[in-house]
Amino acid sequence: METLSIELVDWSRAQFALTAIYHFLFVPLTLGLSFIVAIMETIYVKTGDVRWRNITKFWMTLFAINFAIGVATGLIMEFEFGTNWSNYSWFVGDIFGAPLAVEGILAFFLESTFFAVMFFGWNKVSKGFHLFSTWLVAVGSNLSAFWILVANGWMQYPVGMAFNPDSVRNEMASFLDVALSPVAVAKFLHTIGSGYVIGALFVVGISAWMILRKRNVIEAKRSMVVGASFGLLVSIFLAISGDESAYQVAQHQPVKLAAMEGLYKGEERAGIIAWGILNPEKEIGDDKQEFIGDFEIPYALSFLGYHDINAFVPGLDDLVFGNEKYGIEGAESKIEKGKIAVQALTDYKAAKKAGDETAMNAANVKLQEYMPYFGYGYLEKPTDIVPPIALTFYTFHIMVGLGMWFIVLFIVVLYLLMANDIARYKKVLWLSIISIPLGYVAAEAGWIVAEVGRQPWAIQDLMPVGIAATQIDVGNVQLSFWLFAVIFTGLLIAEIKIMLRQISLGINGGH
Amino acid sequence: MFENLSLHELQIYWWIIISLLGGLFVFIMFVQGGQTLLNELSSNETEKTMLVNSLGRKWELGFTTLVLFGGALFAAFPLFYSTSFGGAYWVWLAILFTFIIQAVSYEYRKKESNLFGSATYEKFLAINGYLGTFLLGAAISTFFSGADFRLDDNNFVYWTVPTRGLEALLVPQNYLLPFAMVFLVRIVGGMYFINNIDHEPIRARARKMIKHNTMYFLPFFLAFTAWVLFKDGYSYDPVTKFVSLVPMKHLFTFIELPWIGAIFAIGVVMVLVAIYNAAFRAKNCCIFTIGIGTVLVVMALLLNVGLNGTVYYPSVYNIQHSLTIQNSSGSHYTLAAMSYASLMVPFVLAYISYVWYLMDRVKITEDEITSSGEHHY
Repeated sequence: METLSIELVDWSRAQFALTAIYHFLFVPLTLGLSFIVAIMETIYVKTGDVRWRNITKFWMTLFAINFAIGVATGLIMEFEFGTNWSNYSWFVGDIFGAPLAVEGILAFFLESTFFAVMFFGWNKVSKGFHLFSTWLVAVGSNLSAFWILVANGWMQYPVGMAFNPDSVRNEMASFLDVALSPVAVAKFLHTIGSGYVIGALFVVGISAWMILRKRNVIEAKRSMVVGASFGLLVSIFLAISGDESAYQVAQHQPVKLAAMEGLYKGEERAGIIAWGILNPEKEIGDDKQEFIGDFEIPYALSFLGYHDINAFVPGLDDLVFGNEKYGIEGAESKIEKGKIAVQALTDYKAAKKAGDETAMNAANVKLQEYMPYFGYGYLEKPTDIVPPIALTFYTFHIMVGLGMWFIVLFIVVLYLLMANDIARYKKVLWLSIISIPLGYVAAEAGWIVAEVGRQPWAIQDLMPVGIAATQIDVGNVQLSFWLFAVIFTGLLIAEIKIMLRQISLGINGGH
Repeated sequence: MFENLSLHELQIYWWIIISLLGGLFVFIMFVQGGQTLLNELSSNETEKTMLVNSLGRKWELGFTTLVLFGGALFAAFPLFYSTSFGGAYWVWLAILFTFIIQAVSYEYRKKESNLFGSATYEKFLAINGYLGTFLLGAAISTFFSGADFRLDDNNFVYWTVPTRGLEALLVPQNYLLPFAMVFLVRIVGGMYFINNIDHEPIRARARKMIKHNTMYFLPFFLAFTAWVLFKDGYSYDPVTKFVSLVPMKHLFTFIELPWIGAIFAIGVVMVLVAIYNAAFRAKNCCIFTIGIGTVLVVMALLLNVGLNGTVYYPSVYNIQHSLTIQNSSGSHYTLAAMSYASLMVPFVLAYISYVWYLMDRVKITEDEITSSGEHHY
């Protein structure tokens, strides 16, 4: 395997990042709003109150506008592993393809079939069947999130497979290990949680705008009750699942955790930096200050990462250079082992060509022994294992900070709604509106932590991005990058304009 | 159950599923065909909106089938996924772009403040209908004509020409299937409208259109069939894996595996009977006849190119690098595990059919489209 040019790899990454970021502008609202709409319709069916039917239809229209562009931007994600990451697709396709196919069979058809009933079936099927369809759309979209996050979780923590030197790929050994990997499950719960929170913020924020404008005030307040109650529940759930996610990162991706926290020198009883400004001159291994200024919560990182306040949390220096005292292996030794694995694969192929079975077996034994380090064989120097620290650190803190804010917001909104005088609290209403984009900022920041934080790996420890991309002249990827940028941006502007227009038409004013 | 099958049996099982999905996808492309007919079959805005709404309830099924097709290929034949999608980069991206703009067009076309205006979204639908169908036809045609790739000893793909897939359009034979498909999906689209819309002027125009398009469809389809049957086919030895050219390989496959030949023949007859009934006997029922016929024809062609020791994705750069269901599949474990998931397919088809029946038992009428209380595209 040869290392591809950095320019090609960077453009391939840029294109994937661009398309994934666009796609994830629409996915969370689909995940969250689908449940909120289903709850609203359930209230309508239970009470028979036409106002609830109008409320349901209003939010459903916004759901559809968002859903269409979510589908459009999602298509490329299914194929982009092949178009731009073909080496990756072969190397792990035997494992990675399965969740994608299952997603198609189990989830996408559920979504697309019952979506049609949800929108066009009001007068064609019974009330009960319509409600059932709305719930199925919600279940379908969340089910699809599960399978794609199983795939993503596997890249972060590859399990349930064995390397086959004959086919030069990893092959699945246990579907259950892949599907129920703790990383995948934590990732799924945290990601759908973020979608639910965005859905709730969306409903609360737009309802706040209506109340400020004194339009559809009764409907807006009702929507707000549903949105804020749902929001409070799911934002607490989001915090809990975030804690579990961080725990999994500590167990399986300690470099990412150290970058998230800006932790250079590992320590026992490590604290969490609640907020800090990184020292831009700081380098791995030097003695400069890590932060220009910071605020630390003592013991919290040890507890978060290892559920033990006395635990040692390795820092970037320990992970790069090793730390004998705590038994942490440095990257240099891992790179050496990786090179042994790569060489063993070459030897295996040569022996196979020569028909020398003894040599093949010997090479294979060595290969399997050093396979866990295979990807390191393609790194040049120990510091290559470190992701962009500033980007990982700041996005992590932005995500966590905003997550805390959302909990506060939902509590305040819910309290004021109960007191029935929220219309008087204009600042709270405005904060609710402003919090809609903040929800998206938090969600995208979370993905940046997850994906930038795991660099240089396409598959943790097994395949760095440098050998994973498709071999293609970089000009092709540059052109497709800009085509995606133009098309998706155009569609996004159209979507926002349509959405704003529908919102301003209000409940009953639209269709 | 599935784990007791041999690897090769599982490969055949999965190729049959891929062929079925391919067939279903070409059938559901009546949505694309319909999108090329929006102006042709309507005389005013209301009629056009009736057509758009009729298609709008089905377009997602096609979209989803395309996605599943990609996912199933990735899981079952990952070497095809990495070779063709990574290699024939521009053909696949162009196809995907046409589907991306399709996905928003139904929902946004008639919405206020939609930035580009209704006409643009209708053009998006037409582009997807013509270009998307055409390019897919070209991509499928390379299953028979071959593609310019080689694989290194890691099975990583290298495309040997810089046009990254577009060079397929330099091979004249690769135009036969795309044109046949464009006319076919228009015919099937017309039959879908006849069945789904209770509006005589549209039905009359659709019947006329079907007559015309059949005249164009048949020569291209017959030429494509003749080319495939009489050309040299790429064949491999199941033991040595050595690939060689065999005269009239595809014709012999139909003869040696007569059940595939029978599927093909039955499919062709069903398509022709449906066209006759819809266009000449003015029946409204024919979408299912032509639908099943289309599924069978496409399925038979894909079965032909994948089974009976045939190469399904030939490399014209070095035929020994060609892909077969044997050298490109997932592992035994993955194929067996995925086979359990495939048991869901009949269930999925059942609920799709049930919902189709529920939603379409009341046909689209002018009244429904002009009433304000309903969700419209």
